[in-house]
Amino acid sequence: MRDLLSIADLDRAQIEALLDGAEHMADVLGRDIPKVPALRGKTVVSLFYEDSTRTRLSFETAAKRLGADTMTFTLGTSSVKKGESLLDTARTIEAMGVDAMVVRHSAAGAPHRVAGWVDAAVVNAGDGRHEHPTQALLDAFTLRRHRGPGLDGARIAIVGDVRNSRVARSGIACWHRLGAQVTLVGPPTLMPERLDGWPVAVSHDLDDVLTELDVVYVLRVQQERLGQALLPSLREYYARYGVTTARSERMKPDALVMHPGPMIRGPEIATEVVDGGRSLIREQVANGVAVRMAVLWDLIGSGGRLV
Amino acid sequence: MTMAESPAGSPRADNLRATPGQAAREGGRFAPGAGRDDDGFERRAVVFSAEDLRRAQVRIAHEIVERNHGAEGIVLVGLHERGPEIAQRLAAAIASFEDVEVPVGALDVAFYRDDIGMRPVQPLGPTEIPVDIGGKVVVLADDVLFTGRTIRAAMDALTELGRPRAIQLAVLVDRGHRELPIRADFVGKNLPTKIAEDVRVRLHEHDGTDDVVELWGPSGFSERGTGAPREEGGA
Repeated sequence: MRDLLSIADLDRAQIEALLDGAEHMADVLGRDIPKVPALRGKTVVSLFYEDSTRTRLSFETAAKRLGADTMTFTLGTSSVKKGESLLDTARTIEAMGVDAMVVRHSAAGAPHRVAGWVDAAVVNAGDGRHEHPTQALLDAFTLRRHRGPGLDGARIAIVGDVRNSRVARSGIACWHRLGAQVTLVGPPTLMPERLDGWPVAVSHDLDDVLTELDVVYVLRVQQERLGQALLPSLREYYARYGVTTARSERMKPDALVMHPGPMIRGPEIATEVVDGGRSLIREQVANGVAVRMAVLWDLIGSGGRLV
Repeated sequence: MTMAESPAGSPRADNLRATPGQAAREGGRFAPGAGRDDDGFERRAVVFSAEDLRRAQVRIAHEIVERNHGAEGIVLVGLHERGPEIAQRLAAAIASFEDVEVPVGALDVAFYRDDIGMRPVQPLGPTEIPVDIGGKVVVLADDVLFTGRTIRAAMDALTELGRPRAIQLAVLVDRGHRELPIRADFVGKNLPTKIAEDVRVRLHEHDGTDDVVELWGPSGFSERGTGAPREEGGA
């Protein structure tokens, strides 16, 4: 693997190899000294054109746990405000000598462009509505730890604003490749306009499918989208799609609840559910570091790029 | 720096720890009993038969206990791959004559190697050490001692997990060609080899075949020798 830009570039065996690698990393993270010198001398820069706390910190923690040096570039403090283009910024940073660039951008495809310009390995940390591959991988890793090696036959519902969600796009591709059956749940206005060729089922009624699900994956309601008249009102949305305590009680006994964050406790997902026995939300965050370590190791450590 | 443990660009790297899947791939090619493989290597000698290997292991187990004046305070730690199985065997032997259950662990050194970036390196198994190694005598167990680089990485990995009172090293075969000032405390057999040769170890728990240790080398070079240490850039 040279860059990690899209789940679409990976087959099942590659995904599983990354998840196996993440097991080794989780082992490292569980030690008293949760750090190894595997990437010492390497430099990983985060190039973030869009706000993010958890993803950036997760990548930087991952790099540091492997002994790499890290640098951070965020929009607020950069020369982008002075008019520098993405191309020039990427090349300038590369000239400082970096081995990997972790790129987040509001424009779909920006990490692909960067990957074409620089020799450093590029990791897509979220590009517009397109993809967020490491989120899908860490979710798969989290599920695998609870369900055993594959996701074969697991019924996963992605609930909410699928239309605007890069997490959903990467998730569908990743979990489908691992054998899961994915159902999209939400009002028609929050579904993608076209679903041709997507390996998914669609439901507009959470209660219809709730009792068959193994995993309920809740997406954040992007309130900034409300002005676009896609939702009648938050109240109505939550009444139909909120993961309430009552809905949690109707789920299969071993069904799991996940959320990519940032989450809005309350109507979107009840506090009792967030902190309850079904919730994998805290584990998702913890596993993010292990999975991103595995990705960085694969790209700039293991020798994969040399072959 | 040379490609330290990769003999002369040879595809054969049997006793190297850091080539994932190699053992599995070789599993198909290396049929014990056959005298030649697909890479043009032929068997030169049987170093240990299953019975000889068993005797060597029992002797090493006795030596470990003798050196340490008993089996108390010893932890056996095997290096992936095949080291964990050897550590288990040594522990079983000690239990049979000393009536002490020596704790057994496994260590993976991939993230501590000094040749990361020079060739593919992957973890080969989980690091699992069931006890606190602080103040203990850790006996590292491995199949073949060659350049010593794996052992250096293992000592780095180990010291991150605690501060042993001492670290000792037990190997089935010492094939020479050290590149670091490292030696083994317990050796099954000292075997003079050439760089281009391979020491191939098969353990039934790991490989599903009978136990055997063999020396293989490229066809057409039948004469044996100790082989001089390779020169810089020799690959």
